[in-house]
Amino acid sequence: MTAPERPHATRPELLRLDRVGKTFNGDVVALRGMSLQVREGDFISLLGPSGCGKSTALRLISDLMHPSEGRITWAGPQETGDLGVVFQEPTLMPWATVAQNVWLPFRLRGKSYASVRDDVLEALKLVGLEKFQNSYPRELSGGMKMRVSIARAMVTRPRLILMDEPFAALDEITRFKLNNDLLTLKEAIGCTVIFVTHSVFESVFLSDRIVVMAARPGRVITELQVDAAYPRPESFRTSAEYAAYTRQATDALHEAMGEVA
Amino acid sequence: MSIADSTETTMEPDADEIARQRRKRVETFGKWLLPAVVLVLMLVIWDRIVVWNEIPHYILPGPGLVFETLIKDWAMLFEALLVTVQITLMALAVAVIGGVGLAVLFTQSRLVEMSFYPYAVILQVTPIVAIAPLIFIYVDSRIAGLLLCAWLVAFFPVLSNTTLGLNSADHNLRDLFRIYGASRWQTLRFLQLPSALPYFLGGLRIAGGLSLIGAVVAEYVAGTGGLKSGLAFRILEAGYRLNIPRMFAALILIAGTGVIIFAGLSFLSHMLLRKWHESALKRDH
Repeated sequence: MTAPERPHATRPELLRLDRVGKTFNGDVVALRGMSLQVREGDFISLLGPSGCGKSTALRLISDLMHPSEGRITWAGPQETGDLGVVFQEPTLMPWATVAQNVWLPFRLRGKSYASVRDDVLEALKLVGLEKFQNSYPRELSGGMKMRVSIARAMVTRPRLILMDEPFAALDEITRFKLNNDLLTLKEAIGCTVIFVTHSVFESVFLSDRIVVMAARPGRVITELQVDAAYPRPESFRTSAEYAAYTRQATDALHEAMGEVA
Repeated sequence: MSIADSTETTMEPDADEIARQRRKRVETFGKWLLPAVVLVLMLVIWDRIVVWNEIPHYILPGPGLVFETLIKDWAMLFEALLVTVQITLMALAVAVIGGVGLAVLFTQSRLVEMSFYPYAVILQVTPIVAIAPLIFIYVDSRIAGLLLCAWLVAFFPVLSNTTLGLNSADHNLRDLFRIYGASRWQTLRFLQLPSALPYFLGGLRIAGGLSLIGAVVAEYVAGTGGLKSGLAFRILEAGYRLNIPRMFAALILIAGTGVIIFAGLSFLSHMLLRKWHESALKRDH
């Protein structure tokens, strides 16, 4: 058996975190000494219990917060629209239609709907909601709202998409479906994803790298490689390979939480 | 296909379904019929009390006489009604402009809010009847005085509700706007103002009733100064002449105006929110 190919090690760097930390109110350490190298095309999961600083890491990367220590360096100039974000809630504007919601990132850059109509419809098509462009969010199911949220995050074709436990509030059947679709989408638009989750299974299925984190203080424990090739079919979920990675990640997580596996 | 079919088949309605339909019938029927029955009952009782006790009309007129007066004095009362409605609507318009304007200013600058909010509260809690005489001493124009009084009463609910609404925009959406580099104006226009709309409309409905109250109270205080008189002055005047039926007729017109303003603003609110807001959602079960 040949060693698995590791294409990510040769891809250009997109973003680098150097011993980044965040302290609140002078004494609450939310994150300590986090280093991470993000390469173009990576699908990185931040996996850990509540309070491990994974959401803080996302807020630091998206520049909603400034690090108390360390630095975050982007390769090349950063422009608005280079970043897409998906929150745990769909976070749609209830007064706007699906298409208007997806238009938002363009609209805030001063682009008229007519000039980006094709991009908006293309994004909706990629998440399978082109027929719902004129619906209001309240008419959609939870899974569909999340699809709109994903369409909004990728409509500008950003270099990096940050996802903060986007599927945590969905039922498992919907979550599996969205996991599959997310991988397809990522391949289609070729972006980089940093994905926060507390589900071992989700992180193994989706990512090529899993950053396992621990709480109090929030910190990185270890980094795991998931070398299974993309595209990953539904059958990957029941494969022996998947079970092995899941085991590995679970052990790391237990260690992170200070328990014996 | 089987799912679609099963919902299409006509099944015997179960107990819940029957109860639900019955509630719905009672609801639609009772909403109009019951108040109407109460109204007729009250009118009959009123009429009988007057007739059986032989109460003279300068103490308590019967409903028939009030109605006759309403028709007989219609020309004069209607003219007065127009004056009162005019003041009320102008005050409401100024309350909306002032209330929303101040609210936007407050949310744009915390310093402005901290400086002026206490005084907005003081203006609101001081009874308008106590302020009105002073206003008419310093303000020459009677119309301006009336407007100022009505505005003082009406602007606060618009201000406080709109401020609350502007501040209640979803936090994740705010973050999203920041990430996308939205300007202050964009955040206000695309996020805060739409978020505030339901709150503003709630405040507007209260302000509608209050501006009528403000207009009437101010008229009582101001009296008539050469200008056309409104309904409140007509009530005062009829009171001096012991023309009780006309007082009732004018009162009915004021109450009716209040109801129409409230209904109009409720309708406006429904039309603006029906597509997206929870308050306009119809629930069948």
